[in-house]
Amino acid sequence: MSALTAPRTAPPRRPHLLGRAVVNLVVGLSVLYTLLPVMWLVLAATKNRDALFRSDLLSLSDFSFAQNLRDVVAMDGGLFSRWYANSLLYAVLGAAIGALVSIACGYAFDKYHFRHKEKLFGLVLAAVMVPQTVLALPLYLMASGVGLVNTFWAVFIPVLFNPFGVYLGRIFSQGYVPDEVLEAARVDGAGELTTYVRVSLRMLGPGLVTVFLFQLTTIWNNFFLPMVMLSDQDLYPVSLGLYAWNSAARVSPEYYPVVITGSLLAVVPLILAFTLLQRFWRSGLTAGAVK
Amino acid sequence: MSQPVSRPLAGPLPVSEDTTTPPETTRRVFGSIRAGGASSPGGRTATRASARRRELAAAATLMTPFYVLLVTVFLIPVGTAVWLSFFGDDQPGLGFGPERTVFVGLRSYAAVLTDPTFLGSLGTVVLYCVVYIPLMVIGALALALLLDSGVVRLRSWAQLGLFLPHAVPGIIAALIWLYLYTPGISPVIELFAKADITIDFLGVHTVLPSIVNIALWSNLGYNMVIFYAALQAVPREVIEASVVDGAGPVRTALQVKTPLVSSSIVMVAMFTLIFALQLFTEPVLLSQSSPMINARFSPSMYIYDAAFTRNNYGLAAAASVILLILTVALSYGVTRWTNRANSAEEAAR
Repeated sequence: MSALTAPRTAPPRRPHLLGRAVVNLVVGLSVLYTLLPVMWLVLAATKNRDALFRSDLLSLSDFSFAQNLRDVVAMDGGLFSRWYANSLLYAVLGAAIGALVSIACGYAFDKYHFRHKEKLFGLVLAAVMVPQTVLALPLYLMASGVGLVNTFWAVFIPVLFNPFGVYLGRIFSQGYVPDEVLEAARVDGAGELTTYVRVSLRMLGPGLVTVFLFQLTTIWNNFFLPMVMLSDQDLYPVSLGLYAWNSAARVSPEYYPVVITGSLLAVVPLILAFTLLQRFWRSGLTAGAVK
Repeated sequence: MSQPVSRPLAGPLPVSEDTTTPPETTRRVFGSIRAGGASSPGGRTATRASARRRELAAAATLMTPFYVLLVTVFLIPVGTAVWLSFFGDDQPGLGFGPERTVFVGLRSYAAVLTDPTFLGSLGTVVLYCVVYIPLMVIGALALALLLDSGVVRLRSWAQLGLFLPHAVPGIIAALIWLYLYTPGISPVIELFAKADITIDFLGVHTVLPSIVNIALWSNLGYNMVIFYAALQAVPREVIEASVVDGAGPVRTALQVKTPLVSSSIVMVAMFTLIFALQLFTEPVLLSQSSPMINARFSPSMYIYDAAFTRNNYGLAAAASVILLILTVALSYGVTRWTNRANSAEEAAR
């Protein structure tokens, strides 16, 4: 922010040399602020417990990443792999289904006319605002009413709901699918749903990936709902499992290295997803922002 | 629960604007072309009506899955929360009789609103918002403007680095920072110790800033990307015009670019507010190591404590409804206030 005090007399097209240096310094420090904690996690995951508590992370003498990995997998009878598989299932399957459902609904809002359309859409926007914590207790009571508490479905069904995805779906549909395409398909005698699946959905691709990716992040991050719904450790997602292990670490410190290594492993899928799908979500984001 | 939030970027929410007028005309044109092939005199309207029916059926098919979810995991739960807040368990016969659920009116609300621990949690979250939201919005906007100024080296690498924490789940971010706040493990505290400064990140006065720091770290880069995308959409001619008018880079950034992305600023502020009010993950994790955070530190923690530790559903539901009303009122206030500010600005022109 201090860069904003750059001299006003600077030639407009070529900012002052000092200004340039300050701007780069501020950005550089900010990048360090965001990167260093992650770096710490990476380094700490390669250390055994003694080195961790001596906090000399840069010495290479106590390198025990492989051992830490073995410990994470072996701890509590292989619970971590179980949690990891659960998280993948909740997140990948949930985000895939959720994104398809939201995009379809957003598309219908954009392309079709029906009564009370804007009122129904207002309901979607209202749902964006409602805090998760408000829904948790009623959802718990409903789930216990139908006997779903402490099952896979208690966590899986609520995370499918993504009202912001509908809002985005409508915007993407406006931006990516010209109405003329639909009219042409109708003239050719194609059914509405066939057109959606064969033509429109393909055009909505980047939007679909964007919604998928962001829902994936939310579900992977999900902590409150599993905490409320699940008591069986075998059903935990990684987030809740690491929370449980961290509580255990206060009593038995051998959990510390496992929690740290486990945290590092839990970060990997999202970073992979964001990197691999970069091309899609970047274009998706810009399309949303221009509107 | 101010975890990295999945809310991609988009402009202001089109609440009531009808963006669908033009297609109507195209449809009529195409409709008449199609109807031209029909031989019977009534064919034209019949075809149209059946086309319309087909469209409605398609719309219904596409929307049903979402609305089934909306009813089951949103409308019914909100209704249940409101219903629960007006009812309570009553045990006749000195508590030995069978439990009955009776209407208690506003009794739960009165209990919540006179509970000092609930009011304390509200105070905490308000203070948290007051510190966190300006820092977040100004910080992210400043970074976006700096990156947009074109003098930053390795710009896309810088963006990627700033964005990275968004891929770190909220609970893991809290874990990392918890360890960086823990004496004996933290290299930060060790560094300070070498300079003879003792610092307790989880003390009475530092615990809230410590939580703000975690949230800021998690979401700064994400919001920066939103602002950056909006800045990229600003037409270059506008920037060039201001440069020709003799405005320096700083004035261009603050007086030309910033007003042009005001809708993104409002959106970021609103979502930051909504998620800040739900504050849960970070304090719950830090409470494992800090006596400064009790079980009713924030309203969400209060709700959790009331519902699942004390099993007082009426109390939890009333607190939930209050949090809901507060959230809706504040976000409505933000949009109204900015709308008015915008129209006042237009009027001044």
